[in-house]
Amino acid sequence: MAGGIKKFVVGSFDDEAVLFPAVKNVRKAGYKIHDVYTPFPIHGLDHAMGLRETSLHTAGFIFAATGTTTALSCISWIFTKDWPLNIGGKPNFALPAWIPITFELTVLFSAVGMVLTFCYLCQLSPFIKKHHFHARATDDLFVMAIECTDKTDDAELQSFLEKAGAKEINIQVAETGWWIGRYDKEQKLYREEKGY
Amino acid sequence: MNHQFELPSSYKKWTWGLIGAGAIAVLYGIIMFHPFAAPAAHGHGGAHEAADSGTRFWATLLQNSVFWLLVVNAAMFFICVTTMAMGGWQVALRRVPEAISSVVPILGIVTFVVLMGIVLFGRTDIFHWLDAEAVKHDKILNGKKGFLNPTFFTIWSAISIFMWWFLGKKMRTLSLESDKNGQMDYATGKKWIFKNTVWASLYCVFFGLSVASTIPWLWLMSIDPHWYSTMYSWYTFASSFVSGMSLIAIFVVFLKNKGYLEYVTEEHLHDVGKFMFAFSVFWTYLWFSQYMLIWYSNQPEETKYFIERIGTAEKTGPYNTLFFVNLAMNFLCPLLILMKRGAKRNWTLLTIMAVLIIVGHWIDFYQMVMPGTVKAHPKFGIFEIGIPMLFIGLIMLGVGKYLSKHSLLMKNHPFLKESMIHHT
Repeated sequence: MAGGIKKFVVGSFDDEAVLFPAVKNVRKAGYKIHDVYTPFPIHGLDHAMGLRETSLHTAGFIFAATGTTTALSCISWIFTKDWPLNIGGKPNFALPAWIPITFELTVLFSAVGMVLTFCYLCQLSPFIKKHHFHARATDDLFVMAIECTDKTDDAELQSFLEKAGAKEINIQVAETGWWIGRYDKEQKLYREEKGY
Repeated sequence: MNHQFELPSSYKKWTWGLIGAGAIAVLYGIIMFHPFAAPAAHGHGGAHEAADSGTRFWATLLQNSVFWLLVVNAAMFFICVTTMAMGGWQVALRRVPEAISSVVPILGIVTFVVLMGIVLFGRTDIFHWLDAEAVKHDKILNGKKGFLNPTFFTIWSAISIFMWWFLGKKMRTLSLESDKNGQMDYATGKKWIFKNTVWASLYCVFFGLSVASTIPWLWLMSIDPHWYSTMYSWYTFASSFVSGMSLIAIFVVFLKNKGYLEYVTEEHLHDVGKFMFAFSVFWTYLWFSQYMLIWYSNQPEETKYFIERIGTAEKTGPYNTLFFVNLAMNFLCPLLILMKRGAKRNWTLLTIMAVLIIVGHWIDFYQMVMPGTVKAHPKFGIFEIGIPMLFIGLIMLGVGKYLSKHSLLMKNHPFLKESMIHHT
């Protein structure tokens, strides 16, 4: 998925207590936060970043409804039309007996569907590669990537981040989407632009 | 902000109006239904109209007293489980379930009087096992004699109601004591929390022995003494707990509307809503487990219970519609409406759902009690509407009294801060 190559000012923080006010101030100053990468989920960060409520629940409901429909239509077709069997003298359309299976398929569809949707939204998949703004974002650093538009003054933004408490600041030009590739093979779709 | 609740005059008017209407309904029942006359011989209920209405009187009183008592008792169970789980979020609204549980002694006495009325007047039309002569010739009832007999019934009912009151009272006293002594330091707070945990666990153990097992067997399942279901008590408990949570939600929204409960936000309401949603689904799980296994194994002595309600393929029973309305109200509506996050955080919608759930589970108790007592002649008139009014009025009276007497905020609870900053 091509997100396009964009320029980012990247600030790394080593404390979430510093990160929170920094996120607020960066937004207040009118900069556009591309994303914040943290080693662990941080409660309330989505609100601080002003992200909209996720639609994953709605997707889950739709998957679940699909599961219910699949189970009921499948079982009822098999037991009433395709291969009616007399099981313990019960009617062919034996709804109570089907409820457990219907329930299980509902859960299965919604669980698997939501995991896959989640992976898709986070662009996580085998054989898929994404640009990492900082390798330590998965370890002990909170990494904030701010997208530069043509009106952004890089130098001003860098000093702004420094004041906000960033430990490491650099500028990266990177592909925002994912591409087919592997992490054990070096493959770059972007230019290194160090030494600003 | 003011933490001292003042009863609005409209609240008092409603309370006494409902109690008055309920009292008139009881009088009406006593005059019209001859409840103290001897019941008609078992199995011929339909033929004798006069005796039939006496059955109706006791059955309606039994249904309502047991239902509302278990509902208010569920509020104390909520406090105790959250205490044992070291929960902090509920502290901002804890006085509300406390107030609801303070009605347990009133409704407990009413329930005990009703149960004793049934035993003393020998209402074999309600509890068939009260008929000593029939028990003698009945192999199954004879086998259950050690459990289903008037002496054990009376003693265990009395002990249960007393223990709910006593252990609940202990929890309330601990809570009210904390108001007097100012902010607790770490050691005092720890000790106080530990004391709460001990009493809460005692309550929970006794709750397991009573509400979650023996009490529904004695008070409700013994209406059909030949029939039994191992799911029954849990199913009754789920019914009462989800209604209890709904009652808490209604009172919280009421106080919030009046401008009290400063620290209770939609975050707390959301969690109460989650309980209502989760236990609606839990109720359905038990309801279905009971139904499906009996339907599947198809044993005559077990299916009898459902034939009395739904009927058979040839002839639908008198409770058929009610049976499925019950399922729609208590499962489909909460499932589909309360599923969305926004619905649980919406004060109006949650109140509507709370009322729906309480009415739904009242209907659930109706179809637990009526088919075994008034049989195929269910009547629904002024009497059946008036009696719940009496109980709602009594609950409003007790809750209003408790809330206006004590501070609405447990200002010294060690977890208060946690509750104030609670967010999901």
